[in-house]
Amino acid sequence: MAFIPHTEHDIREMLAVIGAPSIDALFDEIPAALRVQGLEGIPEAMSEMAIARLMSERARQDGRPLSFLGAGAYEHHIPSAVWAITTRGEFYSAYTPYQAEASQGTLQLIHEHQTMISSLTGMEVANASLYDGGSAVAEAALMAVRAHRKSKSLRILVPSTVNPNYRRVAVSTAGNQGLRFESVAYSRETGCIDPLALEALRGEDLAALVIQQPNFFGQLEDVDALTDWAHSAGMLVIAVVNPTSLAMLKPPGEWGTKGADICVGEGQPLGVPLSSGGPYFGFMTTRLEYVRAMPGRIVGRTVDLEGKRGYTLTLQAREQHIRRGKATSNICTNQGLLMTAATIYMSLLGPAGLAKVAESCMARTQQLQSALCRVRGVRAAFAGARFHESVLLLDRPAAAVLRSLEAQGILGGVDLSADYPELGPALLVCATETKTDDDIERFANALGVALQAARAA
Amino acid sequence: MNQILEKSIFEYSREGRGAAAQQPPALVGAGAAAAHEAQSALPAALRRRSKPLLPEVSELDVVRHFTRLSQLNFSIDTNFYPLGSCTMKYNPKACNQYAMLPEFLARHPLAPDSQGQGFLSCMVELQEMLEEVTGMKAVSLNPMAGAQGEFAGVAMIRAYHHARGDLARNEIIVPEAAHGTNPATATMCGCVVREIPVDAEGDVDIAALEKAVGPHTAGIMLTNPSTLGVFERKIQEVARIVHGAGGLLYYDGANLNAILGKVRPGDMGFDVIHMNLHKTFSTPHGGGGPGAGAVGVSARLEPFLPVPVVGREGEAYRWLTEVDRPQSIGRLSAFMGNAGVLLRAYIYMRMLGRSGMSQVGEFATLNANYLLARLRAAGFDLAYPTRRASHEFIITLRRQAKELNVTAMDVAKRLLDYGFHAPTTYFPLLVPECLLIEPTETESRETLDAFVEAMVAILAETETDAAKLKGAPWTMPVRRLDDVRAAKQLELTWKPVNSAA
Ligand SMILES: Cc1ncc(COP(=O)(O)O)c(C=O)c1O
Repeated sequence: MAFIPHTEHDIREMLAVIGAPSIDALFDEIPAALRVQGLEGIPEAMSEMAIARLMSERARQDGRPLSFLGAGAYEHHIPSAVWAITTRGEFYSAYTPYQAEASQGTLQLIHEHQTMISSLTGMEVANASLYDGGSAVAEAALMAVRAHRKSKSLRILVPSTVNPNYRRVAVSTAGNQGLRFESVAYSRETGCIDPLALEALRGEDLAALVIQQPNFFGQLEDVDALTDWAHSAGMLVIAVVNPTSLAMLKPPGEWGTKGADICVGEGQPLGVPLSSGGPYFGFMTTRLEYVRAMPGRIVGRTVDLEGKRGYTLTLQAREQHIRRGKATSNICTNQGLLMTAATIYMSLLGPAGLAKVAESCMARTQQLQSALCRVRGVRAAFAGARFHESVLLLDRPAAAVLRSLEAQGILGGVDLSADYPELGPALLVCATETKTDDDIERFANALGVALQAARAA
Repeated sequence: MNQILEKSIFEYSREGRGAAAQQPPALVGAGAAAAHEAQSALPAALRRRSKPLLPEVSELDVVRHFTRLSQLNFSIDTNFYPLGSCTMKYNPKACNQYAMLPEFLARHPLAPDSQGQGFLSCMVELQEMLEEVTGMKAVSLNPMAGAQGEFAGVAMIRAYHHARGDLARNEIIVPEAAHGTNPATATMCGCVVREIPVDAEGDVDIAALEKAVGPHTAGIMLTNPSTLGVFERKIQEVARIVHGAGGLLYYDGANLNAILGKVRPGDMGFDVIHMNLHKTFSTPHGGGGPGAGAVGVSARLEPFLPVPVVGREGEAYRWLTEVDRPQSIGRLSAFMGNAGVLLRAYIYMRMLGRSGMSQVGEFATLNANYLLARLRAAGFDLAYPTRRASHEFIITLRRQAKELNVTAMDVAKRLLDYGFHAPTTYFPLLVPECLLIEPTETESRETLDAFVEAMVAILAETETDAAKLKGAPWTMPVRRLDDVRAAKQLELTWKPVNSAA
């Protein structure tokens, strides 16, 4: 019995106290016809030694290729201290801090997180996490519709420079409540929202404009102009940001004259491993005036009976366990442990360290782009400033090139042909601070080989 | 537990200090040239001007601060944690260790399937094992918590009706004892919630159900065993009525631990279910999350499952997407949900195996009924005294509240002084002054006995020394906290002591 401590003696005595003849008798309220006989499809139990071997084999099967993939999940150095502390049982195996007096560690940590992420995004308040960046965009759209005082519109502008999967999550999450997500074209020169396409929408009744910075292509949007435009058109502004970039880029709270209204993003870059896509965490910050429209847990500071400071979950009247069908969201369990890792990560990096990471990412991507564009048949898709991703146009189909790179041990970027067919063969590549001169040179050489092979075929 | 409060990380901060070993090395050569080029391309208007409020501290400061914070928590690893509806069982260390092998951690979500056959094989087998234990036809692993699983389930119910041109079905029936996520989910799916009562013994009120169903019924959401800690005995009748009216049955799997290996939701007649892998399959709760809320469906709902799902193609595995599943309700996360949590659940299920899996429900139920018997004998009132406990049960302190002015909250806080995490309080809302107690199968008889002793001592205190309860807790780092003040005088971020704001 893998994790069950009972001895035969315990079982006998416990049944005697209950007054039941057998454990099976405890299930006598379940209609007999429904009882299962056995679970034939479940394999036999494994010892820890056996599972260790199995998992190590499976992990080895996946290998560790040199990766230049980004598109919403980024490879960064993670300090050892982050997960050494995060996996301490006191954090790892605690529940949501409902009993505040027995959960001051988690509560204070969330409060520190709220402080850091609010400041990083230039906003006033934050919640204790949402599921991931995609679901955070969906929740932000729902929140914008709730918070908008002047418009009842359910229409949200999601320009095509926003991560296409974020749009998909928003549609599947918020579409059922009647929200509509409408696209805005991007400029083929800059890879940014086309101002003319936006201007054509002036006068329409729209609830919010979503601005992703850096955008899905890695390009930097003119956030001041976009924010002012949206506000002047009566919309709220939802910023979608990469937290690493904010050590260097203007925070959403300072965009334009009034700043963004709601800010969300994927927290993964802050100390969370790539891990095939999760668990990550979504963060959300906003202005104080909208705090009651915000979904998710929020921690506030208060005092105890003796006036000593302490922390507790607060503004719970927004949440499902109190408001049920009228809550701001159905979210209950969030991504607390990942937020824990991020808080430790941000503490270790500090403002200077995070800025150095951001600068290094930006430099390595520039270096990568220059190196790859020296390869015959490769050119950059867009001009202008970018953060740590770049779109490259190829003279041969991206899928074949990626396969050839894979055979050389390199994951050479994300094929954009399905979501952006108008670009022709195009790759979204990313380099973070983890990439070295050698890595970049290796990629450039391999790309040359791959394109050569594609031309020969 | 450590009782010394820890100051804020920001109070350790000193301008210019930092954990230098964690910073990327300075760039030289081509890197430095690229840095220059990139920086000069960045317009001033896009740059950050103010320093963000992140602490400037040494690595040791960080390690000590957060280690100390951790010591201010109760957790499964340190305390019995009988939090009803939450299934706080032991989270085996192996599940964490082997889900965190370097290759698994390093794998990018958009890495090709060919570079993830090891990971994908775990996911396929997990899908299949979950199908087996729940009796469902197909599973999607995407949802990131129970509530998102509920969302997926109700969205699939809606999509199913819509696909048949049955457009009027927008009502979701929910028993009044249901968890708050159930009605909140129905609303998120654009449905109308209809609450129905339960009878005096905790079963669904059949007459009320019959009255509630009709051509507007999209479906019913049920937890079984219910949040009242009892098995819904009329489940087959409920299924017949709801199906008869054209609705579908949704199973909230938060309490699956109670029946694991004993009875399967699919066999009870449910069309769609979610499982809380962070409960039944022992992935950690992490002080709030992450979870994983995999959904299972019967054959008629399979086309609507959220994507991606893992498919087998000969000897290889690959993600099936919108292209393969055009009727899917779509994506719920940017990638594929909480992969690392799913790996932990996979390891747990493999370690338990076929025989271990059936013992979970058995011993969870044994422990709950043992606690129930002992607490009843000690003089506590049961909310449903005629019923067997499932894996959890409710005691009510209504009598003590009326006679002695001692509430369930007081007992909960006093339990902390005895070193036990409190049971769930004030849920379900339907039972006044309730404590929902779930011991789980991984607790020993000695632990349960110690808990009973504490409860007995507290019961005595209600008569002899009620102030002990009213003032509790006494031994935690803080005394009882002022929730009202927290909500009125919002302090949601740390501010320097002398700051104007
Ligand atoms: C009965 C019940 N349903 C649903 C949920 C929601 O699950 P989650 O918190 O994972 O979203 C819970 C968990 O608290 C629950 O106890």
